[in-house]
Amino acid sequence: MAKTFAVKALERASGETGLVPGQIVDAYPALYMSHTATWRCIKTWERMGEPELFDKDRIAMVMDHISPAQTAKIAGDHRLSREFRDKMGIKNFFDVNAGIAHVVLMEHGLVKPGDLIIGTDSHSTIYGALGALGTGVGFSEITAAWVTGKLWMRVPESMKVLVKGPLPEGVYPKDVMLKLIGDITADGATYYSVEFHGSWVESLSTSERMTLCNLAMEAGAKNAFVPPDAETMRYLAEHGVDLDLVEPLVSDQDAVFERTVEVDGTSLEPQIAVPPNVDNVVPISEVAGTKVDQVFIGSCANAKYDDLAIAARYLKGNTIAPGVRLVVTPASADIMAKAAADGIVTTLIEAGALITNPGCGACAGSGGAMADGEVTLSTANRNFRGRMGSYESSIYLSSPAVAAASAVAGVITDPVMRD
Amino acid sequence: MSAATADRLGGRSIVFGDNVNTDVIIPGRYLVSIDPVELGTHAFEPLGPEVQEKLKASPVVVAGRNFGCGSAREQAATCLIGVGVKAVVARSYSRVFFRNAINTGLVAVECAAAVDAIHEGDDVWVDYEAGMVTAVGRSFPFAPFPPVLREILEAGGLIEHLMQKFAKEKG
Repeated sequence: MAKTFAVKALERASGETGLVPGQIVDAYPALYMSHTATWRCIKTWERMGEPELFDKDRIAMVMDHISPAQTAKIAGDHRLSREFRDKMGIKNFFDVNAGIAHVVLMEHGLVKPGDLIIGTDSHSTIYGALGALGTGVGFSEITAAWVTGKLWMRVPESMKVLVKGPLPEGVYPKDVMLKLIGDITADGATYYSVEFHGSWVESLSTSERMTLCNLAMEAGAKNAFVPPDAETMRYLAEHGVDLDLVEPLVSDQDAVFERTVEVDGTSLEPQIAVPPNVDNVVPISEVAGTKVDQVFIGSCANAKYDDLAIAARYLKGNTIAPGVRLVVTPASADIMAKAAADGIVTTLIEAGALITNPGCGACAGSGGAMADGEVTLSTANRNFRGRMGSYESSIYLSSPAVAAASAVAGVITDPVMRD
Repeated sequence: MSAATADRLGGRSIVFGDNVNTDVIIPGRYLVSIDPVELGTHAFEPLGPEVQEKLKASPVVVAGRNFGCGSAREQAATCLIGVGVKAVVARSYSRVFFRNAINTGLVAVECAAAVDAIHEGDDVWVDYEAGMVTAVGRSFPFAPFPPVLREILEAGGLIEHLMQKFAKEKG
């Protein structure tokens, strides 16, 4: 019988054959990621009586959500994590200087096609950008996986997303994803393995594929997937993965997709998610002119090197509007170093940006908070009420290009004049 | 600490709409705690003190589609346990909230017909062994949990389930 990627990946991870959607299996992930929740995992492990670890080399820890520590309590949580690393010999440990877990793990060659990867973060769907099955779980499940090596998983149905390109000038993968989420709504992909197909998807860089797979979560996806290809192999080789050890999985030609959705990107305007839900999406023309107090370019959705380069292109030679705060938080230390070497960081600072250390930053509520009544335009993936400070503040979501143009204008602005 | 100490759970209900997200259930700023009771004092804080007071007196949360969407934060389930919620009855859940509920011992069932019939303040009872929600003098069946999930719920959560299993293996 023809199989989808998700079925194949869970057969590989469980050692079982003949799986069908709906079945529940015990699956053994290749990697268990914990971010700032690491200390909670350690406390849980201690409560269990410190049982033996199944495979410490499958554990990855990244101190990304609150970095550097803001309080003595958080500093203690970080210290507990470092002590655990030293005591147990955890080699995949990335401290407060590294950046956002998802991007850091991919940059360090820890994500491979066909792997099952679980993380204490809903946006673990992003690992599908390299052809892995990534999904988010709670910290108890990560702790359980440390000890047993496995977790229960329901074999998901699959959804195919076909995107028609090329995109007009000033329109980016973020806009395609906001359009998709608006169309199918915040639970349109719940429990599904979402696969992105089509020649436009094939033309994307790995970084752009990360944006697709990251945001698929906002439609409820269990995991997201772009079929690995030559671009994937290029990225993996560049980041130190031995390609001889890589065994990609893809859906069979005649595999069954329970749902197929098409997005026509060829005539798309930039898209904006209006507060307080990610599926509350409108074309930019409907909200252009909305005053912003703060612009945030950050998060695992859109703070990669290409995102910063796009923002710099629109900010070069410009100054942000008076009274607007532009906060830029590169996704990782490697991205920040490259952006610094290429002059992008200087361009952003000269335009008036505040550059923070790499990490989740304002998206996770660490800095960049808003007062009552304020508005942020953000390149992140969530605009929920109270996520960035006051419960009476508002978050709009956009691409980095719209964010940069809006920082200059002081109001939500399309970077391109359209008919 | 678990709500799943009996098959039949319930009491007065509080009703929410669709797409209730994790930032509303428990804002990120409070995740520095793992104490269910402390977390419970901040449950639904963005919706204001009236909702929070009502929640305290409501052992059953009733919700529409996609309850718990957003973050993978497990505290979205534990804060509800901490404030005294015994069960959630919703049209549907975000997948990670559902996992977190089961894994922390919070009974979370999908039962659209019950959600249609229940008004805020109604008494709602959930029997997850039998797969039945009882409210407004009527019974609403739902698909019972697969055995592996029921074992976890009966133990009071995933970690408790494992600890009991390890203890049995040793003993």
